[in-house]
Amino acid sequence: MNVIETSGLGKSYGRVPALRDCTLTVPAGRAAALVGPNGAGKSTLMNILVGLTVPTAGTAAVLGGQPAGSPAALDGTGFVAQDAPVYKSLSCADMLHLTGNLNRRFDQQYAQARLAELGIPLKKKAGKLSGGQQAQLALTLALARRPRLLILDEPLAALDPLARQDLLGTVMTAMADDGVSVLLSSHALAELERVADYFIVLASGEVRLAGDADDLLAGHRMLTGPAAEADLIARQQSIVQVRRAAAQAHVLVRTSGPAEPVPPGWEAHPVGLEELILAYLRAPGGAAQPGPAAAPRPEPTEVAR
Amino acid sequence: MTVRTLPAQPSQEAGMAPLPWRRMVWVTWRQHRATLVSVPAVVAVVALFLLLMGLKVHHDYAALAACHGAGAALCEHRASALTSTDWTMANTVLILMNLAPALIGAFAGAPVLGRELETGTFRYAWTQGFGRVRSTLARIVLIAIVLATVSGALGELFAWFFGPPMRNTGMSVGEATVFVTRGLAFPAWTLAAFTIGVFLGMLIRRVIPALAVTLGAYLALDLLAWLVVRKFYLPELAPGRIVLLQRLPAVPHFWPAQFIEAGWLLALSALLVAATLGLVRHRVA
Repeated sequence: MNVIETSGLGKSYGRVPALRDCTLTVPAGRAAALVGPNGAGKSTLMNILVGLTVPTAGTAAVLGGQPAGSPAALDGTGFVAQDAPVYKSLSCADMLHLTGNLNRRFDQQYAQARLAELGIPLKKKAGKLSGGQQAQLALTLALARRPRLLILDEPLAALDPLARQDLLGTVMTAMADDGVSVLLSSHALAELERVADYFIVLASGEVRLAGDADDLLAGHRMLTGPAAEADLIARQQSIVQVRRAAAQAHVLVRTSGPAEPVPPGWEAHPVGLEELILAYLRAPGGAAQPGPAAAPRPEPTEVAR
Repeated sequence: MTVRTLPAQPSQEAGMAPLPWRRMVWVTWRQHRATLVSVPAVVAVVALFLLLMGLKVHHDYAALAACHGAGAALCEHRASALTSTDWTMANTVLILMNLAPALIGAFAGAPVLGRELETGTFRYAWTQGFGRVRSTLARIVLIAIVLATVSGALGELFAWFFGPPMRNTGMSVGEATVFVTRGLAFPAWTLAAFTIGVFLGMLIRRVIPALAVTLGAYLALDLLAWLVVRKFYLPELAPGRIVLLQRLPAVPHFWPAQFIEAGWLLALSALLVAATLGLVRHRVA
């Protein structure tokens, strides 16, 4: 089952496009990271997936074909919006009760146990919590709904390093214990690398790269060799980025695998995830043809249960 | 032969019956507690005032009516004394009652969605399993029921309070300022102001500006009713008829006119709710 499927998805505000021709498939059981600079369209994509934004083009479905924003989709999706909005005048206990009333499933015991573990008193007003505690409360509310898909929009943005660790720890525990699939956005790459095993790189409203982390790494390599030959390499290979030092050039290329021969006089190195993502983010729009995993072949249509 | 019922259509929505409406009662109460407590509380204070003053007013006018045997001069004196005291107060309360629907409705209505949009909590509220159109409808209806009940009761109490001074001055329930404070018209105007507030809160996405615009829109609607609409069902009272009405306090078209006024106001409210729900469904983040 694919927890997220979009096809030709687009959203324009007036004549300004926020998202263009976004086609994605995220399989179940993954922690997918949505990466990109501010204004890349991350929030727009997430808002479409939870039905808060109506796309101007294309389609979006979650949880094996449920139209985004439909009752069945909302029922199985836990969403924490940017800045983790909660009713500031309500106590934590009231927030739990409220969320319980608004949803089909709500694990009150889990929610209470988690808040106790985090040292968040139930009687405290949500508005009096620290930023980190508020984010944890919002995440706890989303997880207690026992969702199959958890969507977190910039969950780390306002948090200090310790709170970031705690929050990601909660997410990873939920993944391991309940098998919940996760989509989270951030521009803090280094932290995502620890959690995510699937990456979607957005820039200027377009998908630059998408795929399983291992596939992405296996599908790229860094060639290092004489700068004078860089242009030749660039013509022969499918390149992502060329960096020239004085005498040496580093060329990031797509590869079919480690068996692919290295041009004479050049050395091949594996590439790191952060390096790879940054290269795709830096590459000007035209040069960044999606990698092999970016345009997923249409999967056999899943029969909706 | 046994008649068998067909098995239910296996569908994707099987087991996905919508969440029961009754759950929204607690949700609405908890989320709009400030409104649901403060509006009845303020109205209760006003009601207590009307009750106490009403007892005095009723006593004063009963005394005036009883003085007819005691001589014209004394009655004249008492009547003018009552005009400067009780009547002035009653008239002030009448003016406030004309403004009350706007105040109640705007303060209760503008924050319902305006606050959610202003603080960003709509991103929480509208992504829960209950569904955003249904939960919004439930909240609007529940608050509307409370407002209609409270304002209806206030209208009845005011009608009792205002009776003696009105009859004494020869005023009629057919006069627009009195007409709107009683019967069905008063709660209907309150609901209209409330739904204007809810709609503008959704449209403007800020509580205070929505509140201000709601008051303005209410005044415009009031003016429209006064200058245009009401002429069709509430005949204007010629000065001469007031004397006549004093002897015949019942305005013949009073209740039909009340139904018509309440009817178009409720229809307008329903349209505003529908428009609000349309915005909730379509015009979002």
